Amino acid sequence: MNDIQTRRQEYRLLFKQNVAKRLFVDKIVRIIVFSCVIIAIIPLGSILVEVFKNGITAISIEFLTETPGSIGSGEGGIGPAIQGTLIIIGLSSLIGVPIGVMSGIFLSEYGDNKLAKSIRFFNDVFMEFPSIILGIFAFLIIVLVLGHFSVWAGAFALSLIMFPIVARTTEESLKMVPMTYREAGTALGLKKWIITFRIVISAAKSGMITGILLSVSRIGGETAPLIMTILGSSQFFSSMDTPMDALPLRIWRLSLLPYDSAQLQGWGAALVLIMIILGINLGVRYYFSNKKNLFFGKFIKQRRNTIK
Amino acid sequence: MNKVNLNIKQRKIISDKIFKIGVTVAGAYVLVVVVLIAFQLVSESYPVWEEEGLSFITKTDWNAVEGRESFGALPYILGTLTTSAIAMMIGVPLSIGIAMFISDAPPKIGAPLGFLVELLAAVPSVIYGLWGLYVFRIYFRDWFETPLHDAFGDNIWLFSGNPYGLDILTASVILAIMIIPTVSAVSREIMKAVPQQQKEAAYMLGATKWEMFKLAIFPYSKTGLIGASILGLGRAVGETMAVTMLIGNATGLGAIPSSLFGPSQTMSSIIANEFVEASPASIHMPALIGIGLILLLIAIVINVVAHLLVTRMLKIKEGAINN
Repeated sequence: MNDIQTRRQEYRLLFKQNVAKRLFVDKIVRIIVFSCVIIAIIPLGSILVEVFKNGITAISIEFLTETPGSIGSGEGGIGPAIQGTLIIIGLSSLIGVPIGVMSGIFLSEYGDNKLAKSIRFFNDVFMEFPSIILGIFAFLIIVLVLGHFSVWAGAFALSLIMFPIVARTTEESLKMVPMTYREAGTALGLKKWIITFRIVISAAKSGMITGILLSVSRIGGETAPLIMTILGSSQFFSSMDTPMDALPLRIWRLSLLPYDSAQLQGWGAALVLIMIILGINLGVRYYFSNKKNLFFGKFIKQRRNTIK
Repeated sequence: MNKVNLNIKQRKIISDKIFKIGVTVAGAYVLVVVVLIAFQLVSESYPVWEEEGLSFITKTDWNAVEGRESFGALPYILGTLTTSAIAMMIGVPLSIGIAMFISDAPPKIGAPLGFLVELLAAVPSVIYGLWGLYVFRIYFRDWFETPLHDAFGDNIWLFSGNPYGLDILTASVILAIMIIPTVSAVSREIMKAVPQQQKEAAYMLGATKWEMFKLAIFPYSKTGLIGASILGLGRAVGETMAVTMLIGNATGLGAIPSSLFGPSQTMSSIIANEFVEASPASIHMPALIGIGLILLLIAIVINVVAHLLVTRMLKIKEGAINN
């Protein structure tokens, strides 16, 4: 009798120790995992704080509108760079968006064959191509052929970064439109392209706009392909066939100069760039997500869930 | 009656056919571009292969002076591989931790944190470079590199050299931060793709949360997680601006990675640094384009492997749901 009792006590003790150890390990892992998140967010916080703190002192009306002064003087501004960034974003959207949207329509509406499967695969792989290679490509087929640096070459290079993103987001948002919408159109005797443009696209509009704007915010910060296509300049835009400036290029050049004033201007330019890019990014997420989740959910995923 | 129907059918076919051809051409654009890029890089880098042969890949000189031109890509290939490998070593465990947290946390906490991590991807590379150059480098050098160097510098080659902040380690850490959003987002999707029954089964056995991950999620999503990490590697290999600004930009023999605190150069950074100055007439530009070709091949292999692994994993998910 006594024997059994002591044995029971032993078992209880062993069980307690075992469980305690397991719970302890679990707690440790929880702490590690949570600190991973914190470690990742610290750089983001530091970048935002530093850019705002250092950049805000550089910002003034002259800084935003004037051409750069002589090197190291700390005078002048980043007017041409802001202008150039807006021009290059507009031009590359002009090339990239139609191709991307059409390609997305192909993948979603005719995307059930071998060709579409390979296009989808290459699209995904192409999206991850190093952007500097696209710069070299644009240099080889436009700059080298024309014989001078050209704004079109830069726009072309950026459109190559843009269109696969637009294509995939368009495909995803078109696929989310219920098949019954298309069937209703067919039952009315409409042609397929009318169904696509009038019914499917208008139902998927907000998802597509999200994708397009996110791709705009992506190309707005691209630097590498611009080095060999629009080169950078300190003058305002004059023609399509001369070098042009852009914000990322200007930040790069300023950061390489050994003067405090240039460094300050670099932070100022970075503030402008990050305001443009995060503005688009956050604005889009906020505007196109439903009120319940504010901007903290990916729009597309929410849509998918509501349809299911 | 029949005639009318036929007419409608024919009209439909013609305009729809044009539409179909139009969108197919737009879809095929990506194939054309990929082929053209490969063709252009091969044909424009031809002179350097002709001049140096395959030794272009194994040589270490880098001399653009007229009459003494000699180009070898080895230091930059090694530089890229070293920085990417270190970035993976730091970034992948962090990302998997983040994915574990977010895939399991209640949406009210998980969603905003996941969003903040994703916001890291929206910060332009050149701003990472600027921040790295003026903020991160200083702290990293004073608080991390110098103590390490003082403690081990004389005995371990890894920590030798003079910590100045513009070196392989700094560039790799910045790269690690830059790949976190990609790797954690994909890993999160993959962990969410594990069927709910598997997790519940683990809990039924009395598993703690960590044991649930060990029992149910990791074995099931192993391939996908490897794919996600390789996707991050693809990012790291191609990243240009931040690395160019932080790696110290040595050329030739000096660029061969010898210690964590030494300067180096990657394939993309040497292209960014020298492409505009290189004359298309000499062999300098073909050499840089040749490096671009090698970079492209590496990137393609990495990304194809990653996509195959990730899509296979997500396909299993679809199958599981349909069953």
